Amino acid sequence: MSSVVEDTKRVENERHDSDAIIDSHVAQEYKYGFYTEIEADSLPPGLNEEIIRALSAKKNEPEWMTEWRLKAFRHWQNMEEPRWPNVTYEPVDYQAITYYSAPKKKGEGPQSLDDVDPELIRTFEKLGIPLEEQKMLAGVAVDAVFDSVSVATTFKEELKKAGVIFCSMSEAIQEHPELVKKYLGSVVPQTDNFFAALNSAVFSDGSFCYVPKGVRCPMELSTYFRINAMNTGQFERTLIVADEGAYVSYLEGCTAPMRDENQLHAAVVELVALDNAEIKYSTVQNWYPGDEQGKGGIYNFVTKRGRAETNAKISWTQVETGSAITWKYPSVILKGDNSIGEFYSVALTKMRQQADTGTKMIHLGKNTRSTIISKGISAGYSNNSYRGLVKVMKGAANARNYTQCDSMLMGDKCGAHTFPYIEVKNSTAKVEHEATTSKVAEDQIFYLMQRGLSEEDAVSMIVNGFCKEVFRQLPMEFAVEAQKLLSISLEGSVG
Amino acid sequence: MKTTTEFNQMYLSDFKRVESSLNGAKDHPVHALRQAGITRFNELGFPTTRHEEWKYTNILPLAKTTFKASFRYDAAGVTPETVTHFSFEGLDCIQLVFVNGHFSAELSHTTDLPEGVTVLSLAEAFNSHPDLIQAHLGKYAVADENPFVALNNAFIQDGAFLHVAKNIVLEKPVHFLYLSSAPDEPVRSHPRNLFILDTGAQVNVIEHYTGIENQTYFTNPVTEVVLAANAEIHLIRLQDESKNAYHVSATQVVQQRDSRFYANSFDFGAKIVRNDPGMRADGEGTHSELNGLYVLNGDQHCDNHTVIDHAMPNATSHEIYKGVLSDNARAVFNGKIFVRQDAQKIDSVQENNNILLSDSAEVDTKPQLEIFADDVKCTHGATIGKLDDEPIFYLQARGIDREKAKTILTHAFAYQVIDFVQIEEMHPYLNKLLSAQLNEAIEVVL
Repeated sequence: MSSVVEDTKRVENERHDSDAIIDSHVAQEYKYGFYTEIEADSLPPGLNEEIIRALSAKKNEPEWMTEWRLKAFRHWQNMEEPRWPNVTYEPVDYQAITYYSAPKKKGEGPQSLDDVDPELIRTFEKLGIPLEEQKMLAGVAVDAVFDSVSVATTFKEELKKAGVIFCSMSEAIQEHPELVKKYLGSVVPQTDNFFAALNSAVFSDGSFCYVPKGVRCPMELSTYFRINAMNTGQFERTLIVADEGAYVSYLEGCTAPMRDENQLHAAVVELVALDNAEIKYSTVQNWYPGDEQGKGGIYNFVTKRGRAETNAKISWTQVETGSAITWKYPSVILKGDNSIGEFYSVALTKMRQQADTGTKMIHLGKNTRSTIISKGISAGYSNNSYRGLVKVMKGAANARNYTQCDSMLMGDKCGAHTFPYIEVKNSTAKVEHEATTSKVAEDQIFYLMQRGLSEEDAVSMIVNGFCKEVFRQLPMEFAVEAQKLLSISLEGSVG
Repeated sequence: MKTTTEFNQMYLSDFKRVESSLNGAKDHPVHALRQAGITRFNELGFPTTRHEEWKYTNILPLAKTTFKASFRYDAAGVTPETVTHFSFEGLDCIQLVFVNGHFSAELSHTTDLPEGVTVLSLAEAFNSHPDLIQAHLGKYAVADENPFVALNNAFIQDGAFLHVAKNIVLEKPVHFLYLSSAPDEPVRSHPRNLFILDTGAQVNVIEHYTGIENQTYFTNPVTEVVLAANAEIHLIRLQDESKNAYHVSATQVVQQRDSRFYANSFDFGAKIVRNDPGMRADGEGTHSELNGLYVLNGDQHCDNHTVIDHAMPNATSHEIYKGVLSDNARAVFNGKIFVRQDAQKIDSVQENNNILLSDSAEVDTKPQLEIFADDVKCTHGATIGKLDDEPIFYLQARGIDREKAKTILTHAFAYQVIDFVQIEEMHPYLNKLLSAQLNEAIEVVL
């Protein structure tokens, strides 16, 4: 008997120890917090037509682009910041933001990697971004965005051979105006929402990709975003067009340096999948989430949307672990018949983070299908909301949707919320929605610990299992990174 | 604009005109509730579809209609035959009849009540049970955000009052029949119900809202239910109003420790319906079941906004709402489940299943979970679609033609909710209403 009592005591003690580990992990400092000092060539803070004209002029943009921006700005001025998301934050002073800053270049700008500011290279190396070709993962081209201007692009030649255009948005405006004119704003119009309008007015740079008819992009494309320079909001604009029968897989990932002031990030991503095309868009987001008291951290207000034409497929996969506030709904407009939309998401919040994220699937075409798998994990004092819309319009005969959103709570100070909107106007549609909320089961932890795993490892294993369906969708390198990220963020969040 | 006060005038002037003649004198506690009600209603006005809680329900046709309020009892052509027509055959029950919101002594049967049971009209209870009224009336249904609760508060005059004393089990069900009769012009009524169950008490209550066919009227009931520790209520709400009627209701239940609440709600009638049933647990170990069925056709619109609020630990709740829609009908479901911070060990299940029989019908559903405690098990599910092909094929393979197979399966889908009703004498009545709403060509007997 006494041994049983002792065992229980030992377990209790261990649990106590693990509580300490948990606390240390939940309170973990942001690993990637550092700040690179680079002289920035910036516009004064504030936002008005003059600033936009100046920004446009600095980038040497054609007249139509300037007008496009101004149209968005004029509309934005009459818009109200949305208040419906389940998040709270200090109001943003849009006049205090610097809308343009570029790293100063030596001479005429980098011709090769050797010309790139070594300070920049070191920053990327610290982040583990394989910018130098010899260090690159085979088959990954990097269009690195440092602050607002692309500083280096690699593997361009190989892509060129396949006919794929992959460059910065500013370059695309200069080199491929006809494509930009045709597709920019065709999925997310300038007037779409408050943050999209703001982005349209002031976007500084971003990535542009065009895959021609019938071409399968020979490698995974990726962009690393990084926010640097004080008081600089990032307004990235990404446009990916897969022409008929084309295929492209795009990877996006980011980390940001530690900072006390909140930073606004309002990106817009547009995907166009023409007939029979397929676009796979994967994101790992690990921006600075603020400190334990909820001070600092990135405000991530992003508009991501894709349009799928006949037989086309668009797939969004995201692993969201960073940012103080996340407000993001990657969507698919299933316009063509037989088109497919997918959304796989893992959103993890800890400390004082707030996330309001989900997706929208708009079924317009016949026999359209969509799948939504969302996994939310909340720890500490955080709040994690899933907000999704599945809309089946009248003409979308035989539309099919399956939605599963599961939440996991760690600790009793956090919250998990689901707001699924389902609107169906067609009788042949079939829409299913399932949601569960639970905690990491004690019996599962016990089972694993009994087999010699530490509580840490047990929790990590269970959570990874919980998210498996999503990780499986990620390209291999990302899946590894995502799992690591999750383990680091979570270790010992269960007490 | 989230609300509009443009159409308030009729209600304000009615209130002014009759306030002095209402049965509550100036110093009556209800007077303050009425005053607060009209003030709040005037501030809120009618919600527009810009209001998140009213996103899918346009209430303006109701707001624009002029209704005459009746402040005194008048049989309005309702006879004992009318009452028989709306009674459940073979059911031995206590029956209270209200015509246009006013208690009708001549049409009701309240004899032989066991000791400890009080069933009265609310107007009467103002005089006979002032302490209970003061302690409970208006304490649970919240008018802050809901203009229709405020409106009901403003016009509290009559309704049902039920009190069951400690450990009394009332065997006979209580049937409250709310009839609307508007032969000349559209009328409105604001029935107010208060059901109080003391510790260990048990009762079955039927709230039955109906009216004379094709007449236009507006029913705005509010029901408050108080369940003391270990009490149990089966509350059946049957709404079978005229197809030109408007029905906007709210029900708020407060549950003490270990109490049990079973609700079955049926919506067959009315042009525009909005129901806001809510449960709040005030003690540990509660059990709640909220089930509903809406079967709509023509241009009917039915909106159910349910709230289950687990403020205390160790509770279970089950919720299933089902709907069948044909023609241009539209249904809205919003099911909120809250689990508050210290409400650990909650087991909560919510389901919303819909069948669309026509391409012009529409369902908008939003099952919503808000969880703040970690040791809980909460699930919700929603489906919208047509009948599965396989069961139809199965029946066809057994010699039943396709149309008939569909009818049987649709009927069976909906019948599940009828089956939840504990009072078996009600089943044939409910079944008949279901068949009529589905426009069934054949009789389905289950």
